[in-house]
Amino acid sequence: MLEKITRRLIPASPLGLLVLIFAMVPVITNSPYKLNVASHILVWGLFAVSFNMLWGITGMLSFGQALYYGLGAYSVGLMVDYMGSAWFLPALAAGLLMAFLLSFLLGLLVIRVGGVYFTMLTLAFAQLAWQITFKWYDFTGGDDGIQGIIPPGILQNRIVYYYFVLLLVFISIWTLKRMAYSPFGMILRCIQQNPERIRFLGRRVRRNQLRIYMISSFFAALAGGMMAGVDSSIHTDMLLWTTSGEAILMSVLGGISQFFGPFFGAAVFILLEDNIGAVTEYWPLIIGSVMLFMVIIFPKGIVGEALSLKVRFGKTDTGRSS
Amino acid sequence: MSNRPILLSGKENSMDTSFFFTQLISGLTIATLLFLVASGLTLIFGVGNVFNFAHGSFYMLGAYFGYQFSAVWGSNFFLTLVMTGICAGLIGMVVEFLFLRRIYGRANEGGFQILLTYCLILIIDDLVKLIWGAEYKSLARPAGFDGAVQLGDIFIPAYNLLIIGVGLMAVILAWLILSRTRAGRVARAAAVDREIVGVLGVNVPMTMTMVFGIATALGGMAGTLAAPMRTVTPGAGIEVIIDSLIVVVIGGMGNFWGAWLGAILIGEVVAFGVAFVPKWATLFSFLILVIVLVFKPEGLFSARRTR
Amino acid sequence: MTPILQITSLKKSFGGLHVTSDVSFAVMPGEISAIIGPNGAGKTTLFNQITGRFRPDGGSIMFDGHEIIGKSPQQIVALGIGRAFQIASIFPDETVLNNIRVACLSKLSQTRKYLHPVEHFQQATENAHAVLESLGLDQQAHRMAFELAHGDQKLLDIGIALALRPRLLLLDEPTAGMSPEERLHTKELILKLWKDFDLSLVFIEHDMDMVFGIAQTVRVLQQGTLLADDTPEKIRANKQVITAYLGEEF
Repeated sequence: MLEKITRRLIPASPLGLLVLIFAMVPVITNSPYKLNVASHILVWGLFAVSFNMLWGITGMLSFGQALYYGLGAYSVGLMVDYMGSAWFLPALAAGLLMAFLLSFLLGLLVIRVGGVYFTMLTLAFAQLAWQITFKWYDFTGGDDGIQGIIPPGILQNRIVYYYFVLLLVFISIWTLKRMAYSPFGMILRCIQQNPERIRFLGRRVRRNQLRIYMISSFFAALAGGMMAGVDSSIHTDMLLWTTSGEAILMSVLGGISQFFGPFFGAAVFILLEDNIGAVTEYWPLIIGSVMLFMVIIFPKGIVGEALSLKVRFGKTDTGRSS
Repeated sequence: MSNRPILLSGKENSMDTSFFFTQLISGLTIATLLFLVASGLTLIFGVGNVFNFAHGSFYMLGAYFGYQFSAVWGSNFFLTLVMTGICAGLIGMVVEFLFLRRIYGRANEGGFQILLTYCLILIIDDLVKLIWGAEYKSLARPAGFDGAVQLGDIFIPAYNLLIIGVGLMAVILAWLILSRTRAGRVARAAAVDREIVGVLGVNVPMTMTMVFGIATALGGMAGTLAAPMRTVTPGAGIEVIIDSLIVVVIGGMGNFWGAWLGAILIGEVVAFGVAFVPKWATLFSFLILVIVLVFKPEGLFSARRTR
Repeated sequence: MTPILQITSLKKSFGGLHVTSDVSFAVMPGEISAIIGPNGAGKTTLFNQITGRFRPDGGSIMFDGHEIIGKSPQQIVALGIGRAFQIASIFPDETVLNNIRVACLSKLSQTRKYLHPVEHFQQATENAHAVLESLGLDQQAHRMAFELAHGDQKLLDIGIALALRPRLLLLDEPTAGMSPEERLHTKELILKLWKDFDLSLVFIEHDMDMVFGIAQTVRVLQQGTLLADDTPEKIRANKQVITAYLGEEF
């Protein structure tokens, strides 16, 4: 019985380790600031991992996932602001549902074009949402954003909310990991490598692309919704193309060919931003230069390059790592 | 540089000919600026299969260079225009040579191109802030062009005519280069088949760099031209890229003249849209984008691709 | 006996170029046959039309008595036509086993499983190993497909098609790019697969050893038209065919 439990835990052990580390944070530190940073890593980690299901696995570079992230955040923010804290969780669920539906409709439209068109279109639609939100001051607060979004009940406590986020992020990443290693995940990877052959296998390419687009967007919205409670505020920047861009940078930094690469990238990115941002206001210049360097010299990302080194100097087999 | 289109106040805000004509000119002005940027974008894509996401940043650089040369160093506006074109072109060539070339032929090339140009946006936009500061700058119209030209009942700002005129000249020049010179022919051939052109002994990489330079030069000049009408700020780049993207998609990726027609369409739609529903005018361009993508994704003016 | 594949008056043009001109022939169930012809004769285009990649301009293609023109590649695969490609069409960044396994999972309609790891699907895994064994690739099951030798990649391509249990298998130049030893090995392998998997098999080839060694029927295409459709001996003696191949060795 114990063996069965441990055997089922072991494949998930990178994830288990992750959860353990993050669970210890409130124990190790009293600083609410550090707790906030850890929360940011968790939420962005989920956002980046969900994004990478689209890019690293399926080969679909969406530059507009901020649309769903923002949708999740604004769903929570607006409902709580207008109707009170009790609506926090229902708002989160509503955001997920809206993201699911919107990604279905949008997906139908943009997936048919593929390639760089797909990327730019997702960008364009996300920008459209940003513009509308920005200009609709009366409803959304525009550039001011909305502050004072307090989660209900015991979730008001920062530490309880932190564990709430940790739980949701754990379940989400666990689910996404199962998907990545499932037959569905394999079809997605094969679609990236040779879509023509997939057709000659009897499978539909676009239909599967639509499925993963909807799934990825669903979790992006979850991340956004949780973030509204982490910072107790929402802002139009959450819909801005730079938010989509950061998820992409985090993924590349960590490594798009490894499942946990983006999560690791998110952690490094946020910690870098936290430390460098304290010293200079020219963070974009620095991260832009770092990422330029990465893209040209180390395209596999930190985790990817590390694994390559391990393969070259160690005896691991080159088994599929994502 | 805020990209709000310039609403020319007609003498009466009603649907009479003077109003119509003023909006028409306004639209053409916007269209010219859009085309200068979009043509470069579509050129780079057509010849090199590269989508220069950072193209808007060259537009923005053009505005800042214009500010620096004219407003700060007091150079003559037309000289400034030429110089910003050259500077933007040179920077573009350096960027292509140093960075973009390294990822040609890589797996996932398209994605990494976008990523790389995205990094450039971050770098260039911040550098601009570093060098010039984040406050809005302004650039005056050149002497002699700050008034209006009168045609009967209609007053047309002289500067708008200048923009349209310069834009036209730049386009004709670009067209001449593309169709009459050997380099231009090579570029067009490379747009059709990069490999064969290489086999024929032509230096394809050099051609690519040159095309990139011409494209960014045009974009930079657009920025300088636009500067006196709008304030000069960082962050203008991304709005321009979205607008240019819409124009390029409507006209067809790689279709030089399609971009021209697309620019005119969007320019007029935005000009008239702003006259009637100023706050939401930009939505119209998105609407057109969606319609084009649903019914003819290869562009309104391109031959239908055989699927 | 009704033909398993009946092609009638098939036509296809690209622009002004007639790539398929009034081609008609019938493939009998269980037959192993070859299609030969000079380069540019339209052989691969023919396969493309049968498998639904291109739509013919005219004529009919009947598989098992049903018209298949207008059907999607997915539908045609489901009906039982399998295909290997001239340039090996595989999944380079997957393991050899996974290349076949994805086909087996697809056959078992298990590709829409989201939450169980691929290894959990024993039937598909067993089937995949079985296919690999019959191709002699099982030893390399855990290597990445891009690491395989070119010849093995071609075999893997065939394996992916086989895993779908087709009744009619179309092979496009299976020995292209192989060394003489590999060709011999592949020729025997294809013969064995034909028998073991109970297939009707049509292959395009330039290797005449293979064509005259194992084909029961040989069809000759030239510039889109069917020149001859006969037994290997008669084809050898056919003057038109010899002229078409002037300079090619028999």
